[in-house]
Amino acid sequence: MERIKIIGAGLAGLSAAIRLAELGIHSTLISIQPSERAQSVMAEGGINAALNTMGEDDSPAQHAADTLKAGVDLADPEAVRGLAEHAPEILNWLVNLGAPLSRKKGVVIQRNFGGQKKKRTAYAQSSTGKVLMTALIDECRKYEASAVVHRLSHHEFLSLSIREGHCEGVWVRDDYNGETFFLSGPVIIACGGLNGFFPGMTTGTTSNTGNAAAQLFSQGVAFANLEFIQYHPTTVKIPEKRMLISEAARGEGGRLFITRDGVPFYFMEEKYPELGNLMPRDVVSREMFNISRETGEQVYLDMRGLSKQIWKEKLEDLRDEIIYYLTIDPAKDPVPVSPGIHYFMGGICVDRSHRTNITHLYAAGECACQYHGANRLGANSTLGAIYGGRVAAETAAAEMPGDFPVAPSEKVIFEESVSALHTHQLRDILREGLGILRNEDEIRQAITHIDEMPVSSNSMEEKRKTFANAILLSALNRRESRGAHTRTDYPQKDDENFRKTTVVRYFNSTIHVHFEPIGREGSHD
Amino acid sequence: MIEILILRRENRNAKPYWQRFTYEPQTSDDTLASVLTALNAREDLQDADGNPAAPIRWECSCLQKKCGACAMVIDGRPRLACGARLSEFKKTIRVEPLRKFPVVADLMVDRSVMFQNLKELQLWFESEANGKDKAMPIAYQSSRCLQCGCCLEVCPNFRPDGKFTGMASAVPMTRVLAQIPDTQKKEMTKAYRLHVYEGCGKSLSCRNICPAGLDIDEILLNSNAIAVWKRFL
Ligand SMILES: Cc1cc2nc3c(=O)[nH]c(=O)nc-3n(C[C@H](O)[C@H](O)[C@H](O)COP(=O)(O)OP(=O)(O)OC[C@H]3O[C@@H](n4cnc5c(N)ncnc54)[C@H](O)[C@@H]3O)c2cc1C
Ligand code: SF4
Ligand code: SF4
Ligand code: FES
Repeated sequence: MERIKIIGAGLAGLSAAIRLAELGIHSTLISIQPSERAQSVMAEGGINAALNTMGEDDSPAQHAADTLKAGVDLADPEAVRGLAEHAPEILNWLVNLGAPLSRKKGVVIQRNFGGQKKKRTAYAQSSTGKVLMTALIDECRKYEASAVVHRLSHHEFLSLSIREGHCEGVWVRDDYNGETFFLSGPVIIACGGLNGFFPGMTTGTTSNTGNAAAQLFSQGVAFANLEFIQYHPTTVKIPEKRMLISEAARGEGGRLFITRDGVPFYFMEEKYPELGNLMPRDVVSREMFNISRETGEQVYLDMRGLSKQIWKEKLEDLRDEIIYYLTIDPAKDPVPVSPGIHYFMGGICVDRSHRTNITHLYAAGECACQYHGANRLGANSTLGAIYGGRVAAETAAAEMPGDFPVAPSEKVIFEESVSALHTHQLRDILREGLGILRNEDEIRQAITHIDEMPVSSNSMEEKRKTFANAILLSALNRRESRGAHTRTDYPQKDDENFRKTTVVRYFNSTIHVHFEPIGREGSHD
Repeated sequence: MIEILILRRENRNAKPYWQRFTYEPQTSDDTLASVLTALNAREDLQDADGNPAAPIRWECSCLQKKCGACAMVIDGRPRLACGARLSEFKKTIRVEPLRKFPVVADLMVDRSVMFQNLKELQLWFESEANGKDKAMPIAYQSSRCLQCGCCLEVCPNFRPDGKFTGMASAVPMTRVLAQIPDTQKKEMTKAYRLHVYEGCGKSLSCRNICPAGLDIDEILLNSNAIAVWKRFL
């Protein structure tokens, strides 16, 4: 039987490979760098599951409700129900794999996180992603040793081979020696978020370049909800990127303020007495953006009130990091923060079973559009990546064809890498159109600026331009404000016209945007 | 203005040579990773003498000391480029690839032997981890190994083809040892003794090298207690 090819070895890719192995199906796990370098190791604050260990009467139904609410009714309720219901079992599995999530008397303990009234976030200091990845890497290694999982680290995805709407396999390049070759089989894409379209502006990795997305889009793979880009409220500029200050800082008692009449004004607490500093991220980022614009004042994160014990037991690594990169001790001084790009809610359009619009092509993790709707709840994406990887694996396994063409239907020639200049130009244009606040003029102007860029001889650069336009056109066509998409020219939510999934596709050399009902199973074939 | 001397090599078989670049720091926080990013972003990269130069191959991902990708030898010491602030150095910085691994090109090395070793040590749980509360702090610390290879660079006893697999395997093994199920005790403790305990000269050259700030003494103490003295947690 043919191996299933998995592109990406972060939480989603590893989870898919392990699930396939448990089902007795062989896979090839392809990633540009080893798992230890994937963005997933950077996840800090935690992973959600209604374990109900804190005596707060929590339940998966409440977890699902909070997820849908934070996603402003744009996530698929059925898919989210599956996510929330499986979360406790996934957490137990992680514990059994030796992930050292914080616990007391053998029970996993949980912390507060944004947009959730219950303590539902399991954690390991602020290195949760790292410890989850270590556990999954070790588990995957077991199957590598028996050759059930075959790893191709330092291999880059180049292109799919698609014939008549069926995925036949992938072209990859060995980054060490430059050789390209074809691998046949069903494909699960788990290549992470679109950071590479915003170099220097995101909290994530530089190695998720976005080339994979641009390539897939150019080959007719449908994408959804691309306009929903999460700005995390508390980030700081460090060399070449933005550094995240985990939401755990606020979950454990950190407070946002500006100085007004010489004294700190805790604006979130004033305006939102119930959740205060822990409102969903889109709300906090917007409030911060507005208040600094109105007053011209810098927003600070005040962690001075946190106890010694909290610093020691829960946030020691975060404190070390802030001291190293900012030379500020957050236990003693407030930290100046501002919103930065952190997560891409949109991505490859998948149905509940993680199928794409191409047969035998699946997607999971941050590269896919699933679970988070218009705004992601903190600590839901590690969960979404693990659960999504698992569901994608199960679907791919169930739909495994008996035989697969060995050779691709066409031979392709691949380009050299994209220039930094091109990437930076495109970023500067996208930034104009896709800020925290947007409007028609700005978006149209950005589109014009892309069209005015000289035609490149490098076809990947052209594909990146097309994909950038797809994001902008998604933002243009959603003429309402919802979650992370705030239009100053359409400040209201418009359920009647836009409580729908934005779907964007490329065919006949044109980008097509349309809106589909949410969560139609197998909707786009 | 600072000067960076980089040991370059087009590929595994090519002859290495030193090349000099100059860079004007943009902020006082700039790191070596900022320099490499900025040099590669130049449209026509030139060395300090004005000769055209190919982009510099190096690996990075998180730019925040969290992924181990950018480990290299900086002024003689293995470090992460994203954790090497320019203000710590003199006017000239010498940068070369890690020396215990085959070079792919320039500052990029092939560290697959580290992953191969872990596979041969059968580092995984055969059944449910036996994670008691008191094992959590050490299991947490040992989960944080970046697999960067800095510790192997300075270790006098580690050779890529040797039996001794070094601190880069001792640390992840500690995660499993601290939560070891009964059925795995015999094999795993034996592997630890054979591939770590017996080969380690306890010179502690690797102490204070780990960019993840792992406390090597404590980790060794814990694993030795478990694997050698059978004091299971
Ligand atoms: C600083 C930070 C903190 C975060 N904290 C949290 C948190 O506390 N809780 C939470 O739930 N979420 C958090 N997130 C989000 C979360 O970490 C990610 O959304 C999630 O880990 C994504 O996992 P993934 O497997 O989809 O992708 P990734 O982990 O990004 O993995 C992508 C994989 O694809 C590979 N790849 C990419 N392009 C190619 C290509 N062209 N060819 C081959 N391989 C390729 C990469 O090498 C990698 O292996 C955080 C994110 C950041 C940046
Ligand atoms: S103590 Fe010495 S011999 Fe042992 S791993 Fe460290 S450097 Fe190597
Ligand atoms: S122990 Fe430290 S130095 Fe060694 S590989 Fe792990 S993180 Fe790197
Ligand atoms: S780039 Fe991740 S450690 Fe330097």
